[in-house]
Amino acid sequence: MNRLEARALGCSRGPARLFRDVSFEARAGEWVALRGPNGSGKTTLLRCAAGLAHADAGETFWNGVSTAREREAFRACLLYAGHLPGIKDDFSAEENLQAALGLRGVAVEGAALRSALETVGLAARRRLPARRLSAGQRRRIGLARLALDPAPLWMLDEPLTALDDEGQALFGRLLARHLGCGGLAVISTHHALTPAPAREVRLGP
Amino acid sequence: MNVAAAPLAGAGVRASFTGGFAWAFARDVRLALRHPGETMLVIAFFVLVASLFPLGIGAEPQLLQRIGAGVIWVCALLAAFLSLPALFAGDHADGSLEQMALSPHPVSAWASGKIAAHWVASGLPLTVLSPLLGLQYGLTPDTLVVLAAALALGTPVLSLLGAACAALTLGARGGGMLLALIALPLFVPILVFGAGAAEAQAAGLAATPHLSILAAGLLVALFAVPPAVALAIRIALE
Repeated sequence: MNRLEARALGCSRGPARLFRDVSFEARAGEWVALRGPNGSGKTTLLRCAAGLAHADAGETFWNGVSTAREREAFRACLLYAGHLPGIKDDFSAEENLQAALGLRGVAVEGAALRSALETVGLAARRRLPARRLSAGQRRRIGLARLALDPAPLWMLDEPLTALDDEGQALFGRLLARHLGCGGLAVISTHHALTPAPAREVRLGP
Repeated sequence: MNVAAAPLAGAGVRASFTGGFAWAFARDVRLALRHPGETMLVIAFFVLVASLFPLGIGAEPQLLQRIGAGVIWVCALLAAFLSLPALFAGDHADGSLEQMALSPHPVSAWASGKIAAHWVASGLPLTVLSPLLGLQYGLTPDTLVVLAAALALGTPVLSLLGAACAALTLGARGGGMLLALIALPLFVPILVFGAGAAEAQAAGLAATPHLSILAAGLLVALFAVPPAVALAIRIALE
């Protein structure tokens, strides 16, 4: 069973202390919500937990092992989506999806790729360059990625931004399926999501 | 709408140097092919500037023969520099760099793949075209061969050193100008030995010492630059 544990994370940016002594835990089938007003450090906390940013204090453990020590094993299990989507304007939705999965070494057949794009409603536009997609449609490429990548741990920063009601419902279903398969997630969001979080981490102003 | 079940098998993702290298190389070459204009711009710049010199200096065969190798090298160096600022900046701006940094592959692997793709889109066409431009300057056939060989060894070093500087200036304001200030002085040794090889050949001396030094520089850069780039990218992403 997979388990993520953050112990006493703390981070400051220059003279401003964003958060300190933040601990949370997620077991298989659970998700943790990061909540707090704008500027309270949700993104930074997520980046610290993922290992993108350096935390001033504290450590994150994946299955009991420090993620700083077993970096590659941790990353093999991690799917991170920040608020920059990592989508190339010159690639089509299909190519972007293929590239994102290929980077994580996930081999997906063309049929599975197309059916995932159909699920997120991009089937008709899958060959258009991403520059011609709307903000919400670009987000949906990320949803297709969530549907195809078998990573057990999701770290998502505001995944519902720019998604319409139907897209938000779809995300809820993907999250429910992910948790049902024994996955876990850390998600920063202002929305109330349908599978309720097991825990909430509140960051102060 | 059905959401099919997928098994969780994240720990099975293979992390390797070759995997990361191949992924980044294939992706960047594909992006370059999608926009052949950028590579054509580098080539057009190279050909234009190298053709302007005879017009400005005067078509005196001996003079042109004397300066040919040096001019072609300086033009190649500037042309290779043209596409450097975009090497990591585009991926940094759209979040791809974050995704790559969080992939299971080591940073140096995919960074090397990107550098190799940069060379294929800039250094390689410059090397292939250089004998043609050398003819404009009346260089002898054996000098042309040495010039192309020196460029084949030298332009990968330019891509490598330039990539290290591009990674260092990531996210800095006025990055392009700063990059020129940092990178161009670093290119000087490559220029000296690269142009020196062709000049030695033209003067009837052996070009091998120059070429050997370029090859040695390439080997050192191959091993030293990727870890430096990896470090710089980690700092830029903080």
